[in-house]
Amino acid sequence: MTSAPGAPSDAPLRTSVPPWRNVRVRRVAAQGVFVLAVLVAALWLWNNLTSAMARTNLTFSLNFLRTTAGFEIAESPIPFRAVDSYGQAFIAGLANTIVVSIVGIVLATILGVLVGIARLSRNWLVSRLSAGFVEVMRNTPLLVQLVLLYAVLRQLPPVAGSISLPGSIYLNQRGLFIPSPEAEATLGPWLGLVVGAVALAFVLRRIAVRREDAGLDPRRLGLVGLAGLIVIPLAGWIVLGAPISFDPPVLERFNFRGGTSFSPEFTALLAGLVIYTAAFIGEVVRGGIQAVRRGQVEAAQALGLTERQTLRLVVFPQALRVIVPPLTSQYLNLAKNSSLAIAIGFPDLFAVSRTMANQTGQPVSVIVLVMATYLTISLATSLLMNLYNRRVQVLER
Amino acid sequence: MGDQEPAPGTAMAGDEIIVCRDVHKWFGQHHVLRGIDLTVRTGEVVVIFGPSGSGKSTFIRTINRLEEHQRGQIIVDGIELSDDLRNIAAIRSEIGMVFQSFNLFPHLTALQNVTLAPIKVRHWARDRAEHEAMELLTRVGIPEQAHKYPAQLSGGQQQRVALARALAMQPKIMLFDEPTSALDPEMISEVLDVMRELAQSGMTMLCVTHEMGFARAVCSRMAFFDQGQIVELGPPWQIFDAPKHERTKRFLSQILH
Repeated sequence: MTSAPGAPSDAPLRTSVPPWRNVRVRRVAAQGVFVLAVLVAALWLWNNLTSAMARTNLTFSLNFLRTTAGFEIAESPIPFRAVDSYGQAFIAGLANTIVVSIVGIVLATILGVLVGIARLSRNWLVSRLSAGFVEVMRNTPLLVQLVLLYAVLRQLPPVAGSISLPGSIYLNQRGLFIPSPEAEATLGPWLGLVVGAVALAFVLRRIAVRREDAGLDPRRLGLVGLAGLIVIPLAGWIVLGAPISFDPPVLERFNFRGGTSFSPEFTALLAGLVIYTAAFIGEVVRGGIQAVRRGQVEAAQALGLTERQTLRLVVFPQALRVIVPPLTSQYLNLAKNSSLAIAIGFPDLFAVSRTMANQTGQPVSVIVLVMATYLTISLATSLLMNLYNRRVQVLER
Repeated sequence: MGDQEPAPGTAMAGDEIIVCRDVHKWFGQHHVLRGIDLTVRTGEVVVIFGPSGSGKSTFIRTINRLEEHQRGQIIVDGIELSDDLRNIAAIRSEIGMVFQSFNLFPHLTALQNVTLAPIKVRHWARDRAEHEAMELLTRVGIPEQAHKYPAQLSGGQQQRVALARALAMQPKIMLFDEPTSALDPEMISEVLDVMRELAQSGMTMLCVTHEMGFARAVCSRMAFFDQGQIVELGPPWQIFDAPKHERTKRFLSQILH
């Protein structure tokens, strides 16, 4: 083949190699074969599923969601009765999953950061205790931990013999009973004061940053702002009278009246998820801090930065970049692990769905729905964390 | 403390600014420093050299307390290094240090690396700190790199930023821990040039280095370290041309071909 004048000189190269020896052709062909294989497998599975469903007279449909559920759900932030629909039951289960996941993620993060920092402590006892906690918690199955925790909670004394803790907190085999906060008339004005104090602290912080730019020591202003945050709400509390009163649980003949209670199922699930995940988060935090090279701390010290400044300005910004991606995985794990609730009878999304699948005879539809829901929760979590991650991944180039 | 700057100019040229008496240090069982005596006067440049593991790096790191000495006395500009946090902070802000591996903060630009300590420790106005930082970056020859991150700079450029960062605190003493050992050959001279210029400006310097050309041209005294002791101490002409100790001779013949 003759090439036109000025044509790229690699043209003859491409034609002179037989296709089975051409790297580029082979690369494209491999991709094509792979896509084809995936399609064939998916088609086969789909056929298998539909034919099996047809044999058992099942159809893929979500119509059952509107029909009456006919079963009770022990607890949910969203009121649910047996006469409500399957759809509402699903929502009630979902609400349980979301509440336990969000509260769990917040508590596991706090505990995990403490565990991670404790493990790096120069105090021998503190670091050993933290290491022991991590090794026991992450080396035993969560399911076993949950069952154990639940069993312990069930072994607590009956209502009449409740363990009484300071502050009108009671613990018995029916769960944890705490005083419930009730709004008073002064709550509005008091919240106004709190907002004002926060705003003041923000303004002071802005001024402090500007003062630092102008070469003045910003620490005193920071202290004033912090003091305002504590003193103003406290003064308001005293002057206005308590904005919140607590309705303590009161023991009656058979059970407590008033107060807020957490069932043993919820308490065990939340505690189990928090403790288990905190062990992993602790390791993530420790790894992140240790990933900051020793020389960074030495350089900061040699410049005369204090220990706190070294941590805040040099170590944490670098550690956070290492911590956030695996932290996201731990959040996803916690949310997905909440489906173990079924083992201790907490009515989460998965547990409710199991009942729905049994009663409606629509297991495939229900499972698809549940998977799609967990997927949505996980993707939403990932999205949020990726946005945060982009913020902490400060550019390096 | 804090707002107050250390009294400037307390040390006159020729005064004893670093005094080390019988300094000992152990790493576990390993006795790394075995009685170091060294007095450095203001404006002096002392080159420390010797085989690896002889304690040279450990010694200069004890001077700004990156390592603790366990026996003996170290007095810097009239302040004795002890467990007193205030003394440690005061001494650190008077001593600049340049490391073998640069140790720039990767999340900050060159300019931010240089201004961090003046703003946070000295409480300079940002404008002033940035102005001085730009002057220092010009002095080390890379003003155009001010807004780049360390990862975008060559080794030689990074080390020059590190030099500017240390100088930004207006130290009275500069410590160099093998500043050119991690550099490609063609970048060594750009760093040595800056160090030479710094020495000529009257800075008191302690350099751990094996750049013998630099030592002969710039330093006032050389200290040969071996097995945690100063084996020989003297002006460069004596060390190079008439070393008194066999060990010094042997080491020099190994590194000077």
